[in-house]
Amino acid sequence: MSVSPQDVEKVALLARLAISESDLPEVTERFGRVLGLVDELNTIDTETVVPMSNPHDMHQRLRPDAVTRQNDRENLMASAPAQDQGYFLVPKVID
Amino acid sequence: MTDSALLSGSVSSLRQQLRDRVVSSEEVTRACLERIEACNGALNAVITVCAEQAIDSARKADKAIARGNVASLTGIPVLHKDIFCTSGVRTTCGSRMLEQFVPAYDATVVSKMQAEGAVMLGKCNMDEFAMGSSNETSFFGVVKNPWDLNCVPGGSSGGSAAALAAGMAPLVTGTDTGGSIRQPASLCGVTGLKPTYGRVSRLGIIAFASSLDQAGPMARTAEDCAIALTAMSGIDAGDSTSADLPVPDFHAGLNHDVQGLRIGLPREYFNDDLEQNVRERVMAALSVLEQAGATLVDIELPHSHYAIATYYVIAPAEASANLARYDGVRFGYRCKEPVDLEDLYLRSRSEGFGEEVQRRILVGTYALSAGFYDAYFNKAQQVRRVITEDFTRAFDNVDMIAGPSAPGVAFQFGAKQQDPVAMYMEDVYTLAVNLAGLPGLSTPAGLINGMPVGLQLIGKPFDEQTILNAAHRLQTDTDWHMARPQLETVTP
Repeated sequence: MSVSPQDVEKVALLARLAISESDLPEVTERFGRVLGLVDELNTIDTETVVPMSNPHDMHQRLRPDAVTRQNDRENLMASAPAQDQGYFLVPKVID
Repeated sequence: MTDSALLSGSVSSLRQQLRDRVVSSEEVTRACLERIEACNGALNAVITVCAEQAIDSARKADKAIARGNVASLTGIPVLHKDIFCTSGVRTTCGSRMLEQFVPAYDATVVSKMQAEGAVMLGKCNMDEFAMGSSNETSFFGVVKNPWDLNCVPGGSSGGSAAALAAGMAPLVTGTDTGGSIRQPASLCGVTGLKPTYGRVSRLGIIAFASSLDQAGPMARTAEDCAIALTAMSGIDAGDSTSADLPVPDFHAGLNHDVQGLRIGLPREYFNDDLEQNVRERVMAALSVLEQAGATLVDIELPHSHYAIATYYVIAPAEASANLARYDGVRFGYRCKEPVDLEDLYLRSRSEGFGEEVQRRILVGTYALSAGFYDAYFNKAQQVRRVITEDFTRAFDNVDMIAGPSAPGVAFQFGAKQQDPVAMYMEDVYTLAVNLAGLPGLSTPAGLINGMPVGLQLIGKPFDEQTILNAAHRLQTDTDWHMARPQLETVTP
């Protein structure tokens, strides 16, 4: 399947990645090459095959809903790029 | 004891010397730190060195040894790939995105090895977010192969493999999502083990593709990998995909006996695409096992060809979901002066991630997007099962499978950088093992024009013991694993 620069721009927006005008042709070309590689999958018949999401077909193991560790907000927030009084700071969202 | 003896010894011999008090952990640790200082300028294998912390841990280990209180890795220096979270120690994942990230907790692998007495020296360079096969995608610069400074060390655990080969540590950790332990082990002439999916907890390993990621050891011998694997393994309440199975003592279980062992050689790995000189090295290694009593059996893995396409849908799809968390808000890189929230997301991610990471996020987002999910992601998961069933059928008739670890020896910088697909072919022999969740090991099989080649051994699920035994036998009968690069050190 071939992709257009517009397709790439649309996917980039979904992924929240900004691609500059000047980079777009090269990104599209290399993206297309990867898609060309994966298009090979269409040559194999998998009509009756159940998709595999875990190599051992394991099912999610649940644990008891119990507190195991204390909240450690200060430590966990120490890597936040902008914070104030225990809150993450973001640009103004509502005027 | 000379420094060079300290720096080339195996974990098992070093462990004995520590227990016999012939050498102290502090001496060994200082020798490793000096080696890092001498060689890292040339190799760029280590991003962060924790000298003070390491000396402190080594002294504690020496006190424990003096009390007779020894665990499996007491006093042994280790370097961790910079993908493992280390409490209070910067963990970059090779990315600008995490350049300043200091985790609040240890990965389970790190805490388990620490509990066994290991001394952490620092953190190794790697391809950004483990996406790459040459270590050229790291934000912290390329890692050089100690066998030839013009060549790549492989990736993504290239810093770990190069550091080990250069004598900076006797034991290093890596992760392997599509070959990231086995391919650099092959290119740097060391032994590397990717355990069965689920054997080792993924808690605290910065996620790339969660259904494929698995951590494992790299060392100078299969015996050392056996020691380290037991230390790293086990069920973890923090990783619901970690296997609820007993962890064998892989070291105690080691034996030399390969009599009657049936080794499958997939026709698809030994076809005309395989370079003649790689084939010769791989066959030379296999004939050693044959002479020791193993039987070589031709087998078929008919869907091998689809592994690359399958992997390059599943891995990017899972990566695009895992990497959605980097938003410039909670942790990681944040762009300067965002005008609004959308701008904050867009620029933080575009400036924080490198080219290969962005490409994989794009491919993964595409494969998961409305209208393409069935054609790509669902389809790839179906083919994943077909590939896995090939292995299951093959294992009805053989005890393990063997082939090359990589298509060739280490290549020069830039050789495959312009074409992502050419780079992806580096993992043509390793990817299917991750898709099927199997254990795989790379062990040195000699040199081609002075550069190392690896033999890959693939085991049944949770049967790491059989491939460790075969590698151990090979390393008993040959000295390929003893070959060391002649690295001229750059003294500070």
